[in-house]
Amino acid sequence: MATLEIKDLRVSVATDDGPKEILKGVDLTVRAGETHAIMGPNGSGKSTLSYAVAGHPKYEVTGGTVTLDGEDVLEMSVDERARAGLFLAMQYPVEVPGVSMSNFLRTAATAVRGEAPKLRTWVKEVKESMKELEIDPAFAERSVNEGFSGGEKKRHEILQLALLNPKIAILDETDSGLDVDALRVVSEGVSRFRASGESGVLLITHYTRILRHITPDFVHVFAGGRIVESGGSELADQLEAEGYVKYTGAAEAAGV
Amino acid sequence: MTAAVDKPHSHGAVVPEASRAEWFTSYDVAAFEVPSGREEIWRFTPMKRLAGLHTGAEASGAASVEVDAPTETTGITVETVQRGDSRLGAAGVPADRVAAQAYSSFTAATVVTVAKETQVATPVTITVTGPGAGKVAYGHLQVRAERFAEAVVVIDHRGSGVYADNVEFVLADGAKLTVVSIQDWADDAVHVSAHHARIGRDAVLRHTVVTLGGDVVRISPTAAFADKGAEVELNGLYFADAGQHFEHRTFVDHAVPNCTSNVVYKGALQGDGEGDTAAHTVWVGDVLIRAAAEGTQTYELNRNLLLTDGARADSVPNLEIETGEIAGAGHASATGRFDDEQLFYLQARGIPEDQARRLVVRGFFHELLMKIQVPEVRERLEAAIEAELEAVGA
Ligand SMILES: Nc1ncnc2c1ncn2[C@@H]1O[C@H](COP(=O)(O)OP(=O)(O)O)[C@@H](O)[C@H]1O
Ligand SMILES: [Mg+2]
Repeated sequence: MATLEIKDLRVSVATDDGPKEILKGVDLTVRAGETHAIMGPNGSGKSTLSYAVAGHPKYEVTGGTVTLDGEDVLEMSVDERARAGLFLAMQYPVEVPGVSMSNFLRTAATAVRGEAPKLRTWVKEVKESMKELEIDPAFAERSVNEGFSGGEKKRHEILQLALLNPKIAILDETDSGLDVDALRVVSEGVSRFRASGESGVLLITHYTRILRHITPDFVHVFAGGRIVESGGSELADQLEAEGYVKYTGAAEAAGV
Repeated sequence: MTAAVDKPHSHGAVVPEASRAEWFTSYDVAAFEVPSGREEIWRFTPMKRLAGLHTGAEASGAASVEVDAPTETTGITVETVQRGDSRLGAAGVPADRVAAQAYSSFTAATVVTVAKETQVATPVTITVTGPGAGKVAYGHLQVRAERFAEAVVVIDHRGSGVYADNVEFVLADGAKLTVVSIQDWADDAVHVSAHHARIGRDAVLRHTVVTLGGDVVRISPTAAFADKGAEVELNGLYFADAGQHFEHRTFVDHAVPNCTSNVVYKGALQGDGEGDTAAHTVWVGDVLIRAAAEGTQTYELNRNLLLTDGARADSVPNLEIETGEIAGAGHASATGRFDDEQLFYLQARGIPEDQARRLVVRGFFHELLMKIQVPEVRERLEAAIEAELEAVGA
């Protein structure tokens, strides 16, 4: 059973005024079969946590450990982490001009699976996943994320999740900017991924509405670069009613 | 590339010191002064590495020119002609001293003619092999596409030595000519070449320059419209390594109404080094829309991808517009470092770094490669780009 273990994680970014500490000791364990929601106000460090775990070079880990099934994740390169079974659905997926989605997906699947998927089954697999996510087949020939709307980008992040089938998936505000329809499609995609029970999900969100589609086993409140409270799904209801004011001292709605 | 700022706008490009309309041209080398290197048109070129092409170097060898025309087609004529042939010089007049030196110095010219209304599907390949290390040669080539002829011509430059030449493309009314000029020279080679295209009514020229090898390569393609309704695409792809100087100077002369031009040059630079040992590329894109050229549509774009520190790409679009009655004119130029966010994204999907870099570079050139409609040429270029990337282990 896969386990992602984050212990006392401290992360800084370089700024014009020198390094700035953003994560101030994060402790979190995500096991296969579990869904954890991380909720927090804007700027609390949620994306920093996901980027740091994925290995983005801009974020410097200054303390703590991250392990996947006991293996030191922080020692691994970005691609090694992905091949080890970590996946990050990004808040702002990157455009890669001139590289077709189909070429990208196949290259990624080949890397993660350790061998090129058989062409016939692969084509079928991609087609079915695209259909489930209500993605027009024409997207396969377009450049990765180039000119995609926000919703189209997010659907494609979940498409990659489905095809790469990681041990632990971190979804960074996958729900942000989605209309009701897209939210349903994307949530169903995440639910299908969860259904195997063999993967863990860390669902990062600002709002509670996605949690009506995907019920988390644990909810963590993130503020000021740390987890400040943890509980069950009832904590999300409380956040919906009260917002983050209790944790930040400032009024910021968590509802809708 | 996100590191770069795109500046598309329809006016406000730098106007060159002397209007392109007033540039001096002559077939005679003696009519040009020896350039010092400080002149606008030479200021980027490392004159010391030109092996005297600009100071009157005499030929000490000869380049070989072999034409391989598809055997199944009639309608292609290949001739070797002497200097006096009245057809020579029809597409344009040399506009710099080295081009004039080449025009004054070649002994025999190759003329390839595609007969009227002939359609040739298989490319005609013209292989130009340099005179050999330490030798200087001059040459002249003319490709003629008669009325409504359609053909693809690949000019393949390879080998060693110093070579200056003029290449002419004469397109009669309604002709469609696709040209791919590949400069895949050995490391020592110096090649200074002026391409002149004269494009007839409703004719279409798709001209692609691919520069991959050589010490100094400087190609100046000029396209001039002879009559209305014609179209030209000037495309370029270059990949410079440490120590290489690749310079491309395009000029589209809109002197007649209702013609379209599109210039797209893209380059990648890599390799450590400083000064003369760094990779250096230059693109200067002149477009002149003369007063008579109403209804002109033109766009030019240059993009450079710096794969390593130290490489230098100069990019200078010059747009001169002498009439207000144009359909559209614009340009964009951007030089950027390799985009780390793209790399991160691909790696975050398990793709190893070297493979991710290659994907991004291939993607960068993709739009240009897609313009090359001849599969065997496109495949060869893809392989060449691949080889360039392998060479530095990028
Ligand atoms: N590269 C950076 N340079 C400076 N500050 C940064 C950088 N990245 C993030 N930050 C700061 O770190 C804090 C957390 O950002 P982020 O992780 O994006 O928050 P969230 O995802 O919770 O909205 C913010 O105050 C943000 O401004
Ligand atoms: Mg965020």
